[in-house]
Amino acid sequence: MSFITGVGLTSFGRHEGSSSLDLMSKAAELALSDAGLTRSEIDGILCGYSTVAPHIMLATVFAEHFGIRPSYAHAVQVGGATGLAMTMLAHHLVDAGVAKHVLVVGGENRLTGQSRDASILALAQVGHPDYEVPLGPTIPAYYGLVASRYMHQYGVTQQDLAEFAVLMRAHALTHPGAQFHEPITVADVMESKPVALPLKLLDCCPVSDGGAAFVVSREATSETRVRVKGCAQAHTHQHVTAAPALSELGAEISIARAKAACGIDIPDVRYAAVYDSFTITLAMLLEDLGLAGRGEAAAQVRSGHFGREGAMPLNTHGGLLSYGHCGVGGAMAHLVETHLQMTGRAGNRQVRDASVALLHGDGGVLSSHVSMFLERVR
Amino acid sequence: MSGSSIADWTAGAEALVYQSCSACGGLQYFRRRFCAACGAPDPEDKRASGKGTVYATALVCRAATPETRAHLPYNIILVDTSEGFRMMAHGDNDLAIGDRVTARFVRFADRLVPYFTRTTS
Repeated sequence: MSFITGVGLTSFGRHEGSSSLDLMSKAAELALSDAGLTRSEIDGILCGYSTVAPHIMLATVFAEHFGIRPSYAHAVQVGGATGLAMTMLAHHLVDAGVAKHVLVVGGENRLTGQSRDASILALAQVGHPDYEVPLGPTIPAYYGLVASRYMHQYGVTQQDLAEFAVLMRAHALTHPGAQFHEPITVADVMESKPVALPLKLLDCCPVSDGGAAFVVSREATSETRVRVKGCAQAHTHQHVTAAPALSELGAEISIARAKAACGIDIPDVRYAAVYDSFTITLAMLLEDLGLAGRGEAAAQVRSGHFGREGAMPLNTHGGLLSYGHCGVGGAMAHLVETHLQMTGRAGNRQVRDASVALLHGDGGVLSSHVSMFLERVR
Repeated sequence: MSGSSIADWTAGAEALVYQSCSACGGLQYFRRRFCAACGAPDPEDKRASGKGTVYATALVCRAATPETRAHLPYNIILVDTSEGFRMMAHGDNDLAIGDRVTARFVRFADRLVPYFTRTTS
């Protein structure tokens, strides 16, 4: 058994003058305070990575900087799936009695700490160094390949994909911490600059500064108890050239394993937090996870299904597409928002019922997947 | 060692090379000293015909280095080769999924890369 006992999230966007450690510390401070815990009560630390400030021992660098001497600490690297992979590990660590309170933290000054070109180059390195990277691909190109195939196979259009960008922006408008505050339309997405067609600028998440953190504990620290009900992973490949067929991707495998691990099924889910690095990522994952029928996710967006008032509210903070993407902390914001929703603290974004939530993270090019169910316990 | 190593485009030679496992018959494009499907050592290097079918495309319009920006826009494609392995390459900007294509080689950002055009028969 494990509980998410506290969460912390900075605003995303520009944090001029803040280092990765600064942003991690700020989020960690918020998470500790939310959990009602002090530094000395934290005995485990898991952290992600920073492309701006790479280090072979980031967890201990952070622990020393933040002022904690944990009995368990190391970094985790699974690209965009890192946040949920750390949560899964923290869950098992506290469940196994290795630690009592694990601080999970990610943060990076990815926007102001390096040029956009440097970020694009760093991320393109998830490609194969000999057989892919020399061709000059970018992360949007890897996902553009996947998008072209998915659109071809299931009759999805660019207008369909644009719906996801519009939805995430609409959600971000209600969150003061989001990077973007101007509403957009499907036409705006269609007219935005081509990046790696079929993907255009507004199909892509931005580069952001920001940080996120949470505490995973063996016992709840307050009345509002959110427990990790079950989680699972799947890793089918690293490089898009070696990816399996669309019908055999890791999201379907990890969600099946997570369902089997805890007995929760999709009809039980009331809130969804799904990785959305690109519009195609969100469209595919919703359909792979069973939150929408194959090729039907965009129609579900149009019908309001995934809106705040809909039957399956999705990424109500605005997701990576519009809250922003600072690396590891980017997808951790999904869990922070989920926790706020589950504990009734989402303010003007509050949904009616978030008693059971499904979270899903994806790293690489649909390479690494983590699915997780959270449940509010009374 | 069942066969000698054949230089391919990643080494600057105008060739597409894949590996074939004599133990399980598995094919692989990313060169290794073993078969990733069964673990048997020394899969044999084979030269591919350069024929294939377009599996996916992405027209890159935003690049991150001056060397690659000079080529914009360029089409990155995945090709299912007639030999049965999948590879990434460049291709004509108007290629569509399902097109039958043939490889040649071009210079890109100071490297030799495979480039596919529609097969004319």
